Amino acid sequence: MIDTILSNIALIIGTTLMYSTPLIYTSLGGVLSENSGVINIGLEGMMIIGAFAGAAIGYFVGDPWIAFIGAGIVGGLFGLLHAFACVTFGANQVVSGIAINFLGAGIALFLSRMLFEGATMTKSIALDNKMPRPLNGVFHDGSFLNIIFNNQYATVYLAFIMVFLIWFFMYKTKYGLRLRSVGEHPTAADTLGINVIKIRYLAVIMSGVFSGFGGAAMSLAIVSNFRPTLVSGHGFIALAAMIFGKWKPQGALLACLLFGGAQGLAVFLGQFDFEISSQLISMLPYVITIVVLIGFVGKSAAPSADGIPYEREQKN
Amino acid sequence: MGYENATRSLTKVIEMKNITKKFGDFVANDSVNLDIFKGKVHALLGENGAGKSTLMNILYGLYSPTSGEILINGKKVNITNPNIAIDHGIGMVHQHFMLITPFTVAQNIILGREPTSKMSVLNMKKALMDVKEISERYGLYVDPNAKVEDISVGMQQRVEILKALYRGAEILILDEPTAVLTPQEIVELIQIIKNLTKEGKSIILISHKLKEITEAADFCLIIRRGKHIDTVVVSETDEAGLASKMVGREVSFSVAKEDKEAGDEIFSIKDLVVKDNRGIIAVDKLNLSLKKGEIFGLAGIDGNGQTELLEAITGLRKVESGQIMINGKDITNNTPFQVISKKISHIPEDRQKRGLVLDFDISENTILENYYKNPFARKGILQYKNIKVYAKELINKFDVRPKDEAKMARTLSGGNQQKVIIAREVSNNPDLLIAAQPTRGLDVGAIEFVHKSLIEQRDNDKAVFLISFELDEIMNVSDRIAVIYEGKIVGIEDAKDAKIETLGLMMAGGGNK
Ligand SMILES: Nc1ncnc2c1ncn2[C@@H]1O[C@H](COP(=O)(O)OP(=O)(O)O)[C@@H](O)[C@H]1O
Ligand SMILES: [Mg+2]
Repeated sequence: MIDTILSNIALIIGTTLMYSTPLIYTSLGGVLSENSGVINIGLEGMMIIGAFAGAAIGYFVGDPWIAFIGAGIVGGLFGLLHAFACVTFGANQVVSGIAINFLGAGIALFLSRMLFEGATMTKSIALDNKMPRPLNGVFHDGSFLNIIFNNQYATVYLAFIMVFLIWFFMYKTKYGLRLRSVGEHPTAADTLGINVIKIRYLAVIMSGVFSGFGGAAMSLAIVSNFRPTLVSGHGFIALAAMIFGKWKPQGALLACLLFGGAQGLAVFLGQFDFEISSQLISMLPYVITIVVLIGFVGKSAAPSADGIPYEREQKN
Repeated sequence: MGYENATRSLTKVIEMKNITKKFGDFVANDSVNLDIFKGKVHALLGENGAGKSTLMNILYGLYSPTSGEILINGKKVNITNPNIAIDHGIGMVHQHFMLITPFTVAQNIILGREPTSKMSVLNMKKALMDVKEISERYGLYVDPNAKVEDISVGMQQRVEILKALYRGAEILILDEPTAVLTPQEIVELIQIIKNLTKEGKSIILISHKLKEITEAADFCLIIRRGKHIDTVVVSETDEAGLASKMVGREVSFSVAKEDKEAGDEIFSIKDLVVKDNRGIIAVDKLNLSLKKGEIFGLAGIDGNGQTELLEAITGLRKVESGQIMINGKDITNNTPFQVISKKISHIPEDRQKRGLVLDFDISENTILENYYKNPFARKGILQYKNIKVYAKELINKFDVRPKDEAKMARTLSGGNQQKVIIAREVSNNPDLLIAAQPTRGLDVGAIEFVHKSLIEQRDNDKAVFLISFELDEIMNVSDRIAVIYEGKIVGIEDAKDAKIETLGLMMAGGGNK
C-alpha cells in the first residue's frame, strides 16, 4: 500500500519534471525579452518553429545536440524578426508577437510538407538519436528515485541549469543589471551610455533561442517527431508562467513546475477509469493557468517600460 | 566691470558656439552661445519652454544640434552620445530624474560603469566602497543599500549627483535641481554646489528661481523662446533685472489685487474624516467654509492631509464621515462627474498625472470634461471642427505656446501644460475653483499669469480655494489663510493681519490652537 502510494508520487514527480521542461526554457525566453522591455507573446510561434527544427534536424543529422542547438538558432532568427519589428521600427509588440505565432506555425507546416513528402508530421527520430537519459539505470530498479529519474532526458537537467545561469546573469553580472535597467527606464540607461537598442536586440534574440530550445525539448525528448498539434498552447502557458513568476527566472521556474505538475496530474488521472471524461481532465493545466492568472497576479511586478518602444527624440 | 572683463583671466572649459536645434519646423535653440569656466557656476535662465533643457541635452549628447559647434578645452568635439560626454567629464542631473527606482542607490550609481571581478560578475563590495568614498569626499551622504523608490526626492537628487561624480564629471549640469526640493534641501544643495566648485568643478545651474541664481551663480545666460538674450555677471545685476530680461518685460513680484468685500458662504465642510491609502486617518474632523469672491489659502507642510482633503472634495476618495456642501447641496461622496456638474473646478496637484492626458493633443485636453456636450459632440459623434475652434480660442486667450492645438500635451513645457489646465477649468465658469500647487515648477512669468487668473476668478465673485506649500504664495494671493496640521485646521487668519512667523509656527504644529 505504502509502496504504491510512494511509487505513484514518484510517477507524478517524474511526469511533472518532464512536462515542465519545455515550459521552463520558453518562459526563460520570456523573462529575457520582457526584462529588456519588449513584450513577447510570440513565444508560442518561436516554440513551434523550434520544435519543428529540432525534429527535422534530428531526423536528418541524427545528433540530438546538433538538433537542439539548431532549434535554438532557428528560434533566434524568429527573435531577430521580432526585434526588428519592435525595436527598430517601434511596431506594436503584441501585434508583432501574434504575427510571429502565425508565421511559426505556418512555416513549420510548410517546411514539413516540403521535406517529408507532403506529410504534416515529421518522420520519427530513431530512438538512439533522441536526447540521452543520463540517469538511466543508475538507481535501483523500481526504487523511488529510479521512477523519477530513470527516463528523464538530458534536457530536463539542462533546464534547471539554465534557470540558475539566467538568474546569475540577471542579478549578478553587469550585463544583467544593464538588461534590467533598460526594461525599467530606457531613457535613464541611455543617459548612462548604455546601448538600449543593442541590449533589446540581444535579449529578444535570446528569447527566441530559448523558445526554440523549449520546442526542441518536446520534439527531441518527450516525443520523437513534430506535428502541428504538438506545441498547442505551451508557449502561452510559458508566457503565463513568466507573468505568474513575476518576470523572474526563479519565479518562472516555480510557475512552470506548477503548470507541468497539473499536466502530470492529468496524465496520471487519465490512467484510471473515472466517471469523468478524459477531455475534462486534460483541461486541467489550462484551467489552472487561468485561475492562477486571475487570482494571483498583480500588474506591478512587470518591468516599468515593458511594451514601450524606445525613441530618443520623440516625434509627434 | 562687464562679462568680458570678469572672465578674462578664467580657464574656459567648454564653448558652445551658435548652437541651433530644430524639432521639425520648431526652433528650440536659435544660435545660442555659452562659455563655461573652471570652478565657476554658470546659470541658465529662461521661462519654461525657452530651450534650456534642449541646450543641455545637446551638450550631453542626447540630441544632436542642427548646427553649431562645441569645444572642450579648446578642441572641437562631436558629442553624438552620452558616453562621449561622460568621457569628456560632463555629467548631467536631468530635470526628471533618471533613476531606476527598483534598484538600490549603489546599483544606480555604478550602472554603465560597473566594477567587476572575473567574467563581468558584479563586484558589489567594491561598488559600495567606491560609493562611500565619493559620497564622503563631497559630503553627499546616502545609504548605498537603500532602494531608490524608498528614499526622499532630496536623497534621489544626491544619488544623481553622485552618479555624475562617480563617472569623474568635471562639469556638472543641474537641470532645475531645486524644483522638487524643500526649502531646507535647497539650502543643502547650494552648499553642495559650493563644495564642488571649491574642488574645481564647473557647474551649469538651470533654474528659474531668481533667488537661487543670485545666491549661487557667478554668471548667467538668459534665453528667451530659444534665442540668446544676454550673458551677465550675476553680482552686477539683481533679481528684477534678471526677471525682465527673462520674460522681455517688467515683472511685478508682488501680486496686484484690490480690496474686496467677500459675499455669502458658498462652500462648506463639516467634521470631515478621510483616510489615506494606508487606512490611517488623514483628515480629522476638519471644518472650513468659503465665501463668494474670496481666495481662501490653505497653508501647511506637505503630508498633513491636503491631498486627501482635495481628493475627498473632488470625489476621488471616499469620505468616512462628515459633510461637504456647495450652494446648499450635499456633495459628500459624489462622483467626480457629479462634482464637476455642481460647478466645482479643480486644478490638480499633479498636472501630468491628473491634469492632462499627456498623449492627447491640446484641443482634446481642453474638452475633457465637456466632450459629450454640444457643440463638441452631436449625437455622440465628436465635432472636431468645433473642438478645434474652441481650443484655438483658449490658446489665444491664455497664451499657450506653441500656438498649435494639435500639439501633444506631453511635448509642452510645464508652464504651458498648466495654462491648458487653467484654461479648461476656468472656462467651465465654476462657482468654486480649487487650485492645488498651481505654480509648482513654474517660472516667474507663468506664476504671475496663474496668480492673475486666480484673482480674476475672485473679482468675478467666485470662490477660490488655493492649496500651496509655498507660504509666500499663500500670503501674497489669499484673502483669508487657514493652516492645516495633521488633518485639522489649526488656525484661520485674515491675510492682512497674518504674519509669516505665526503661520510658520502653526504649520509646524506649534502656536495657538
Ligand atoms: N523631443 C522633442 N520633440 C519636439 N519638441 C521638443 C522636444 N524636446 C523639447 N521640445 C520643445 O522645445 C521647447 C524647449 O523645450 P525645453 O528645452 O525642454 O525647455 P526648458 O527651457 O523648459 O527646459 C519646448 O517648446 C518643447 O516643447
Ligand atoms: Mg527644462
